[in-house]
Amino acid sequence: MEREFDIKDSAISEQSAKTSDKKNIKIKVSEMNFYYGQTIALKDINMSIRTNKVTALIGPSGCGKSTFLRSLNRMNDLIDDAKIEGSIEINGKNIYDKDVDVVELRKKIGMIFQKSNPFPKSIFENVAFGLRIGGFPTNKNFLSERVEKSLQQAALWDEVKDRLNDSALGLSGGQQQRLCIARALAIEPEVILMDEPASALDPISTAKIEDLIIELKEKYTIVIVTHNLQQASRISDFTAFFYLGKLIEFGKTAKMFTNPESRQTEDYITGRFG
Amino acid sequence: MRNKSLMKNGELFIWLTGLGLGVSIIMIAGLLFLIFSKSTDYYYPKELVKIIRSEDFTVIGQKYKEEDVPKSDESDSSKRISHIRKQIKIGNRDLYGFDFIWIDQRDIVSLTCPKNAAVIERTEYGNFYGFVKSINIDGIPKFKSSKLIDENLSCLITKVSTLRNEIKNIELDEIGKLNFEIEDARMDIKKFEYHTIKDKKNYSKQINKLNSAIQFKQNLYSKIISKTDSLKKIANKYTLLLETADGRQTEIPMLNVIRVYYPNQMSFFEKSGFIFIKIWELLFEDPRESNTEGGVFPAIFGTIMLVFIMSILVLPLGVITALYLREYAKQGWFVRLVRIAVNNLAGVPSIVFGVFGLGFFVYFLGGTIDQIFYPERLPNPTWGTGGILWASFTLALLTLPVVIVSTEEALASIPRSIREASLALGATKWQTLWNVIIPSATPGILTGLILAMARASGEVAPLMITGVVKLAPNLPLDSVFPFFHLDRKFMHLGFHIYDVGFQSPNVEAALPMVYVTSLLLIGIVILLNLSAIIIRSKLRKKYQSSAF
Repeated sequence: MEREFDIKDSAISEQSAKTSDKKNIKIKVSEMNFYYGQTIALKDINMSIRTNKVTALIGPSGCGKSTFLRSLNRMNDLIDDAKIEGSIEINGKNIYDKDVDVVELRKKIGMIFQKSNPFPKSIFENVAFGLRIGGFPTNKNFLSERVEKSLQQAALWDEVKDRLNDSALGLSGGQQQRLCIARALAIEPEVILMDEPASALDPISTAKIEDLIIELKEKYTIVIVTHNLQQASRISDFTAFFYLGKLIEFGKTAKMFTNPESRQTEDYITGRFG
Repeated sequence: MRNKSLMKNGELFIWLTGLGLGVSIIMIAGLLFLIFSKSTDYYYPKELVKIIRSEDFTVIGQKYKEEDVPKSDESDSSKRISHIRKQIKIGNRDLYGFDFIWIDQRDIVSLTCPKNAAVIERTEYGNFYGFVKSINIDGIPKFKSSKLIDENLSCLITKVSTLRNEIKNIELDEIGKLNFEIEDARMDIKKFEYHTIKDKKNYSKQINKLNSAIQFKQNLYSKIISKTDSLKKIANKYTLLLETADGRQTEIPMLNVIRVYYPNQMSFFEKSGFIFIKIWELLFEDPRESNTEGGVFPAIFGTIMLVFIMSILVLPLGVITALYLREYAKQGWFVRLVRIAVNNLAGVPSIVFGVFGLGFFVYFLGGTIDQIFYPERLPNPTWGTGGILWASFTLALLTLPVVIVSTEEALASIPRSIREASLALGATKWQTLWNVIIPSATPGILTGLILAMARASGEVAPLMITGVVKLAPNLPLDSVFPFFHLDRKFMHLGFHIYDVGFQSPNVEAALPMVYVTSLLLIGIVILLNLSAIIIRSKLRKKYQSSAF
């Protein structure tokens, strides 16, 4: 099974080599519009997200940043009257093409939600869930190896190694969120989408998650939605500022926080509104 | 001012809600108390009283009721005080022809409790109240003094009871099995005749072979009969000579005597032991005397089996229907219409379901099965008549809305975030349903099943036309292959209550049986529900996040 994925990956990367010279662009969004029924939620978005970088999406509530994030792994498909225009290319392949299997896509693009949502199963089974359903080998050795690796990556292993068979619901909020990260890492995605992953956590847990994100970018491309501007400046390489469904500004974080191009960005960052 | 604040704080409303709860509790407690207190007549050894009314009228019996009789005589206005009359159960139906009499308090000359008055429980004609005069063997009085009778009676009754049970077992097991086999062999012949052309070579040979098999079994049958006859002969040697209160003597075979006891001499412990024996009899013995006495074991068995089969049928059907409605169907006017229809189905009178069950399951499905698989047995129906399977199907249909509605609610109550977590990991919709949603919804689904079981075990009307009977000779589950006989008719506690209480020739005498059966039915419903609740709470602990 794993071999099959490799073949697919290489096919996709070949394609990407042809279509774009810049190999370090992971996700390319062009002229994207998004509608909920008649209401337009995102208008004319163009953005390139780079490989192995952290891209932060900021903006006031209701500006469309979560909608944007969820359209990257097609979670918006679950909403009945949602409609999308334009293209989102991942590895050079438009994910909204008819021949794209959304299940395979979501295996490549992991997602962490605002509120931790572990399954009512044991810690081990939570992490192994994606492996069990994803057609990975199901022998005990492979599973426990992967689970341990993922938990270590998520900096949770030392805290839970003695109680892997306990219910995941017994963990603290921060631990649960890291468990969700481990769960997403277990199937080795290429991109991790995070929707305000630390907004419901205390400062210590938040710091842990932030350290984790910086570590994870070595291997993964990360897109994170955050309300916390300090957090965005601390962890991200690129920042995108959304306002009223439009991408106002997108660029290197360092530049954006010191010398923004747009007036609106400056007002938001300095706290004049938002 | 004060009144206003009272209204504002809603204190009156709190009192009102408390009142509602209080009324409910009193009603439930009252119901249970009534049934419980009335059912004590079934198992409590009531004392025997000897009543002399006049020179020519003396009876022994048990006091049942007392009531005031208003003066009907208007002219005698000075004596407005009503007098009391007593209802006495006098038993001895073979001699008197009725069980109960009313006696006016003022007519009673003397009322005593003779120590040696005995209750003789019999297999026919109900209880005998009177005195044991002697134990006869071969018609000759063997033990005459009360001391000797005391010493030997219980031992002899046990001995004869063993014989009676042996005879009964032979009749039920061996003869039952043999009858079954003979019937099967006859059916084989019929089947053979039906399917084969007559002038084939080995036709007559085959028929002869089958016939000789039947002959062999019939010989076996007569052997068994002669065996039971000889046993009966031995048992019939022992008889009891009994005397009623007014001196009439009667001799009854001990084969008909279940037990003899002297309620007026019983100590507390003896009474407790007696109660235990009676409850044991109720739970594990077959009924006697057209169900008004003895146990209700076949009815308990039938009730539980019915509910089990019903659960096995309704659970998967209800769950997959709800899954489709909630998870897959496009939510629109049609689904809404279906949902309304399902909810309305829960309000359809149960007898309507019974009629549907009779028309569709029994006549249509059963009839078709008979035509395809058992054409040689027609016109005698095999599946085309009421049976436990068709009754279960009918009840499953009846309880389907309950399961659908509660499963849908359980599915709806699962947080969206859990679904998204699974989908975001690359699970398909089905994998999400199977691995995450259904396990989390199980407690809610079980709530539906509990409600369904409670409803099903209380239903009587639809059963009456789909397979329940007053007395089923065989249980639907026995040792004869294929063990489960789902085409058989069965007994049911709810129907038992109706039948004994309203259809038996001797309703008054059967009342304790009605109450004790009601108590039992309530007990079984509680037991079934309790077991489901325990399973549910265990599951709920496992899947805490669910709201149910």
